[in-house]
Amino acid sequence: MSSIEFRKDLFADERDDNLNEIGKPTIRQDILGHVTGRSPFYDDHLFDGLLHMRCVRSPHHHARIRSIDFSAAQRMPGVVRIVEAKDVPHNLNTLLSLLNFGRDDEPLIAPKKVAYIGEPVLAIIAETERQARDAIAAVRVDWEVLPHVLDVVEALKPGAPSVNEVYPNNTFDYGPYDHQKLRFGDVERAFQEADHIVEGEYQMSPIEQAPMETAGAIAAPETNDRYVCYTSTQALFFSLGTTAKLMNMASSRLHFVGGTVGGGFGGKVDSIVEPMSVLGAMLTGRPVKFMWDREEEMQVGAPRGAERWRIKDGIARDGRIIARSFTGFFDAGAYIRLSSYAVQKGVGHLPGPYSIPNVAANVFMVFTNRTPATAMRGFGITGVDFAIECHMDKGAETVGMDPIEFRILNAYRDGDMKAHRRTAKNTALIESCQVAASKAGWRIAPDYAQMSSLVGGGVGDRAAIPETVTDRIGLIGERRRAEMPTEPYAGSSERGRVPAGTANEAIGAAAPQREDMQIDLARMGIRKPSAQPQPPQQQPHYQPASPVPPRPIPSATPPSAAASFTPAPPRSPAPPQQPAEPAASQPTPPQSQPASQPAGQPQPYQPERPFQRGVTRPGVSRFISGTRRR
Amino acid sequence: MAIHKGRGFACINYPIGMNLGGDPSQALVHSTPDGKFMVSLSSIDLGQGMKSVTRQIAAETLGVPVADVYVDTADSDTGPHCMGSFASRGTHRVGNAVIRAATEARKQLLEAAAEELEVNPADLETDGKGNIQVRGAPSRSISVADTAIAAQFKQGRTLSGRGIFLIPPSGVDPDTGEMTPVSCFAHAALIVDLEVDDETGEVEVKEINSAYELGRALNPKLVEQQLIGGAWMGVSHALYETTEPYYPAREHGPVDFNSYLMPGPGEIVPHNIAVLERPAEDAPFGGKGPGEMCANPVIPAIANAVYNAVGVRCDMLPITPERVLRGIRENGGARPQGRR
Amino acid sequence: MAKKPISFTHNGRETAVFAESGSNLLDMLRRVVGDLSPKYGCGQGTCGSCTVLIDGEPHLSCLTLAETVEGRNVETTGGLQRGPDLHPLQKAFMEGFSAQCGYCTPGMLMAAKALLDRNPRPTREEVIEAISGNLCRCTGYEPIVDAIMAASGQVSGRVA
Repeated sequence: MSSIEFRKDLFADERDDNLNEIGKPTIRQDILGHVTGRSPFYDDHLFDGLLHMRCVRSPHHHARIRSIDFSAAQRMPGVVRIVEAKDVPHNLNTLLSLLNFGRDDEPLIAPKKVAYIGEPVLAIIAETERQARDAIAAVRVDWEVLPHVLDVVEALKPGAPSVNEVYPNNTFDYGPYDHQKLRFGDVERAFQEADHIVEGEYQMSPIEQAPMETAGAIAAPETNDRYVCYTSTQALFFSLGTTAKLMNMASSRLHFVGGTVGGGFGGKVDSIVEPMSVLGAMLTGRPVKFMWDREEEMQVGAPRGAERWRIKDGIARDGRIIARSFTGFFDAGAYIRLSSYAVQKGVGHLPGPYSIPNVAANVFMVFTNRTPATAMRGFGITGVDFAIECHMDKGAETVGMDPIEFRILNAYRDGDMKAHRRTAKNTALIESCQVAASKAGWRIAPDYAQMSSLVGGGVGDRAAIPETVTDRIGLIGERRRAEMPTEPYAGSSERGRVPAGTANEAIGAAAPQREDMQIDLARMGIRKPSAQPQPPQQQPHYQPASPVPPRPIPSATPPSAAASFTPAPPRSPAPPQQPAEPAASQPTPPQSQPASQPAGQPQPYQPERPFQRGVTRPGVSRFISGTRRR
Repeated sequence: MAIHKGRGFACINYPIGMNLGGDPSQALVHSTPDGKFMVSLSSIDLGQGMKSVTRQIAAETLGVPVADVYVDTADSDTGPHCMGSFASRGTHRVGNAVIRAATEARKQLLEAAAEELEVNPADLETDGKGNIQVRGAPSRSISVADTAIAAQFKQGRTLSGRGIFLIPPSGVDPDTGEMTPVSCFAHAALIVDLEVDDETGEVEVKEINSAYELGRALNPKLVEQQLIGGAWMGVSHALYETTEPYYPAREHGPVDFNSYLMPGPGEIVPHNIAVLERPAEDAPFGGKGPGEMCANPVIPAIANAVYNAVGVRCDMLPITPERVLRGIRENGGARPQGRR
Repeated sequence: MAKKPISFTHNGRETAVFAESGSNLLDMLRRVVGDLSPKYGCGQGTCGSCTVLIDGEPHLSCLTLAETVEGRNVETTGGLQRGPDLHPLQKAFMEGFSAQCGYCTPGMLMAAKALLDRNPRPTREEVIEAISGNLCRCTGYEPIVDAIMAASGQVSGRVA
């Protein structure tokens, strides 16, 4: 069946594998609890007099609440308390307000209108779950149904129903614009110079995190006028802070317990179940449980939001992508939750792990009348990676190249400049492609089998920040007044220019606050090749037929004099138009033998069976590990 | 009326940690009276192995066996702040915080032992088995347990440490999108072999071959768990899952697992994984987090393989039999693209 | 609401409880008996997290009326151990890293136990059939199938 091997030979000179506990297949600390059924999930705590809380939910995409009649429900057996919107001490929030990002837009219990099917308008607390469900069914709500919008492109048009009162344009604000821009170089000119244009549109469906444990929390009054909350959250203090804000309560009065969760996958960050259960405990003075049942987990609990991506590539005849432009739409649903952040995460990821000299993107966070979206495994990345990697295959087909060779040719390498103006380091895309190809028996040409993330990057234009063309299209509110195109630069001819080399410093980790928190780097098992004395350079086994070709340079652009990133000097000065000698810019090639272990040291982790692969044959790239046996 | 084989490729990288930073995690480490160590966190174990990997990280940093370390999480009264388990930040941020806390505790430990052995702390090393010894003279040693007892009951010293790891927040330029998203990236490349039935449109994934670059496999079995489980989720995401089958219309949204489909044990796909390790400088022992990126390359690789099999571009997820059949019909029949 | 007395054997111990008429076995075991090992995953009978054995047969306790276990033998994960010794299935799951979040694990173990108790050396296909009513979101199932095969004393054909 499945197999796993650890290619310790690759990047061996950057690692010390002589660690005591790291790298060992130590049995999980919690697995004994899992196999005995003793791991304490939030619901695995018994409370005397536990009450159950459930919600009346909107059956409409978009509606105003004229009135709610819960008189019948109130009289039903077992009903302890009706919880209305006005019972929520501070009934407006957005998750990322804890980071000062975005305006409060979402009530815990909707007071005046609902913006998605399933939005809660009332809660009922009863002695048993069944009694709560029966009481919910007896509540009568008088709705005034409003027009709704479900498609991201429709939502951007003038006249589309306004979904979110706090963001009436159906978009989130990114600075002065209604979308997040990415601008690097000049895609418009590069498209004109490209030999091929490849366009595509990709659509990802919303999907459920579907953990086996649904989200839930139990809150109870504790000693000292505090509340304890046992929760399935993925972010303990996020939930605590959100609850403190909604309940208008000092955070010190909240005691949150969790840490053992039956799967999260991003769906347990939204911090709705905790404030609800704490509110219930506050209002009843008893333990209260609030959870999604499975139907709610699927249709009311936030999914991974759908994304729509349009990609346009300009590709040179030799297969280099010289321009890539994105238009992206995140379907956030009715409220922000975390989608605002996902857009920026996605933009920071563009154009993918490739070195492309001209990149542009317009990415919209769009409000629609559907279940608000939230994080899910790969948040902000999965959707655009689906689009990018499907698109890469189309590009490869257009230029007639093998799909893997096409990736390797365009792959980013150490020292390359990325579209968000930071230098790539610690890259390994090329090696990953080579190893995967060899495992599947997918032959790639020896040139490509020989390439390395450590060779050819950070040279000339690859390391430079080009002069960048900007625009001011899409200011907040413009789109509501008149329909506008969504693609980068489309809709106006005015352009700005940001000089080449313009960038801020990358932000690194804050230093340890005290000297004695600084781990001895030798004990971290990380070796920086540049800091080590190097043996004489070894000749590669195979001389590539052609070196990594330079990027085709748009003819009118002069070499940037003001670049703040200086490319590594070539051994012999070379004008930008000529290909650089591979040896000139090559850092020490990775050694083909793993570093020898000092005598008597424990061996690094070995797979269960003898390691069969990674043997170098003369004339074959050290990265090809032999044909996979079928 | 045929089964067509197809092969597809995809490769990705993945940002490790909360985008734009500003997501601290803290850890506290302290010794029990006899030299066992407790690590207090508020971090969450969703199943990815947070408790286990932080335990190994603490043990390695302290220089004691993992059996002498226990991780306790999550209680807001006793655990220091952690931003949470998401964005593949756990190993990187929490791991680094644990390293810093354990480093401070280790320093106390070596100073206490040095006082007992009457040597300079800089001359001491741990053997990873519960002993502290003079470098080069291992017979001059004292157990961690005895050191802890001496420290706490004779010297008046705690053997504890605190750590915080933070990458300060970055802004985003609204005009250019400039930002510092994260400090390191993991990588993956993956090849899917599948079969498409051109009569039913069904896609069956037959085999996956992959390479994942993760910085360092802190625990190879936990890594394996993530990569196998994550690839399974990628297949599920690509072929089956949707909460809105008629997106953007909301009708017929599934409300139970009868209609929310995921592959079962009868559809296990053999997955041959190679793990590459290029340590990231600012990551704990170089380790990046595989938890999220494991599903990502599977999805486009499947779409690319379906195209290879029958010549239908599936640009919309999930790749249902209906979509495959519609594509085949539009093309006037299956158009296999040729084997690689 | 009327409460019914129910006497039954729970993991080898004679037990008697009063449970709400019409309540389900899962709630009765968790809330009344205090056995928290079977889990609520869906309440709809589709995920298997609530699987318990009644007279040796796997049942979905979320859809089983509590009163129907009167006089019968109910087994849950909490009773798999013999004293301090783990059941071979529990050992195999631990050593095989066959659990991540652990939420489906109790149900998986009971379904597997039901299989091995009546068929000590199942084929891989029989193992898959036996757990096909138990959903897992984390592991991809393969480590679970491997562990059950290992517990039955048969290696499942893993290659390095």
